[in-house]
Amino acid sequence: MIKILAYGILLFWLLAVVLGRLFQLDPNQIDLNAILHTPSAVYWLGNDDLGRSILARLLHGVEVSLLVALSVTAVTMTVGVLIGLLAGFYGGRVDQFLMQVTDVFLAFPGILLAIAFAAVLGPGLLNLMIALSLTGWVSYARLTRGQTLSLRDRQHVLAALSLGASVPRLIGKHILPLLTSLLVVEATYSLASVMIAEASLSFLGLGIQAPNASWGAMLRDGVRYMLVAPHYVLIVGMSLMSLILAINLGGDSLRDHLDVRQEAD
Amino acid sequence: MIKRVLSFCTVVFGVLSLTFLLIHLVPGDPVEVMLGESASLADRDVLRAELGLNQSVANQFALYLSRLAHADFGVSIHSKTPIIELIKTRYPATLKLALVALLIGVGVGVPLGVFAALKAGHWQDLVVTIVSVRLSAMPAFWLGPMLMLIFAVWLGCLPVSGMDSPSSIILPALTLGFGLSAILTRMTRTSLLEVLNEDFIRTARAKGLTERQVILRHALRAALLPIITIVGLQMGSLLAGTVITETIFSWDGIGRLLVESIEKRDYPVTQACVLLVALSYVVVNALTDLLYRLADPRIRLGH
Repeated sequence: MIKILAYGILLFWLLAVVLGRLFQLDPNQIDLNAILHTPSAVYWLGNDDLGRSILARLLHGVEVSLLVALSVTAVTMTVGVLIGLLAGFYGGRVDQFLMQVTDVFLAFPGILLAIAFAAVLGPGLLNLMIALSLTGWVSYARLTRGQTLSLRDRQHVLAALSLGASVPRLIGKHILPLLTSLLVVEATYSLASVMIAEASLSFLGLGIQAPNASWGAMLRDGVRYMLVAPHYVLIVGMSLMSLILAINLGGDSLRDHLDVRQEAD
Repeated sequence: MIKRVLSFCTVVFGVLSLTFLLIHLVPGDPVEVMLGESASLADRDVLRAELGLNQSVANQFALYLSRLAHADFGVSIHSKTPIIELIKTRYPATLKLALVALLIGVGVGVPLGVFAALKAGHWQDLVVTIVSVRLSAMPAFWLGPMLMLIFAVWLGCLPVSGMDSPSSIILPALTLGFGLSAILTRMTRTSLLEVLNEDFIRTARAKGLTERQVILRHALRAALLPIITIVGLQMGSLLAGTVITETIFSWDGIGRLLVESIEKRDYPVTQACVLLVALSYVVVNALTDLLYRLADPRIRLGH
């Protein structure tokens, strides 16, 4: 029941984005007669402080946000898994050094480090993605390293090793496939957390810049005009909630489906 | 124990290095970015010398460390005041907010967790668990505006933002403490349910103690250890969460100072704030680890 709801919400947003594209909703079209208007027949979700359609901006924002989340997750997963495999497979000094580096990254709580990187790199879409990538690989590295460490001594790996398999073959054919379901689940959660991080940074003015739409920046504007136009912040807030809940619920059901017992750390 | 201290030192050193390197990540000339393109050559040279940017990187790092050792964080480019003065006025506000948030988190989370554990399997348990799991996934920049909308705009019973009246702290502290309380609810529930299956609880009940005594004096006490750990670990995230929360509610703490410094391109202040929050987190984590060891003889004795 809950699963259907979660996938339903995700499907709804996907459909909305596609329809928005089809009907060519313009997120940057300014209507000075409709500044901060409440929902109407023309603008279904009302207008923002420049009279732009909130619906069009939400749909544009979710597209950008998804783009950021997907590319950042792809980069961080590749880098993190590679580092984790190296550390877990070789052990010893390599492992020690790499884990010390991840410890340092983990010493910065929450998105503080991403804020710091975004601050020095300057605002903008590309810099935002760099900042999130620089901090996002750590969890994958940790996860992969722990798993590799225990898989390395499994009998099928030892058998392959004694048959003369090369290291890339050992890792690629005998270790990595066993990590797949775990990594898929981790990726779902990290999609959600990257989207939240992106929105947080945009909320602080460090992410996606005007005139591009971002849910974080919209929420900030919504707060600014809360007293005169509470519908703005409410609509953006509710949209955000529906999407985050749906992604998390989807991740949970995926985890149950793939039967991943290991909790991602 | 020695290993712990060593790894603590490595992490602190790593945090210092990474924070130091931040300013070198600025694309182009950091001095130009900070002062703007119109700044005169003389002004730039003065700032460059002041920040030590005209020396080699190794020298800069040594200078940076020795300054920090004397609690010298440098001078704010924007307001020309020593950063340590800014921190002295801002850090207490953040600590106050974090402490109130902590109180809310513990005060709501633990009783709610006990309630859920006692009602385990009933609908009350289900409701509490689902709500705490799902709502704890919501970020502060969502919760803050929503609370503001409900309590300050619609009900009008609390101030929207600022720190003028004593009640100003309620909404930011709720925003900040909410996640903690959700996590604590789940932790307390799980931990208590585990303990309730233990033999000593059966003994306590067999002795004829009232259920209240069994829960409060025996079960909860044993269930407290994981709860303490979570509180300690979450205290750090609370400090980080202040960046967003303080910005939403215009609370003049270290988090808002960080965001303001970024907007003004005042990198020395940015650097100092990041360092301070990260170090607070590292220290709180280490203290939690220590407390945990002291509290549980099994861990202390290395079993």
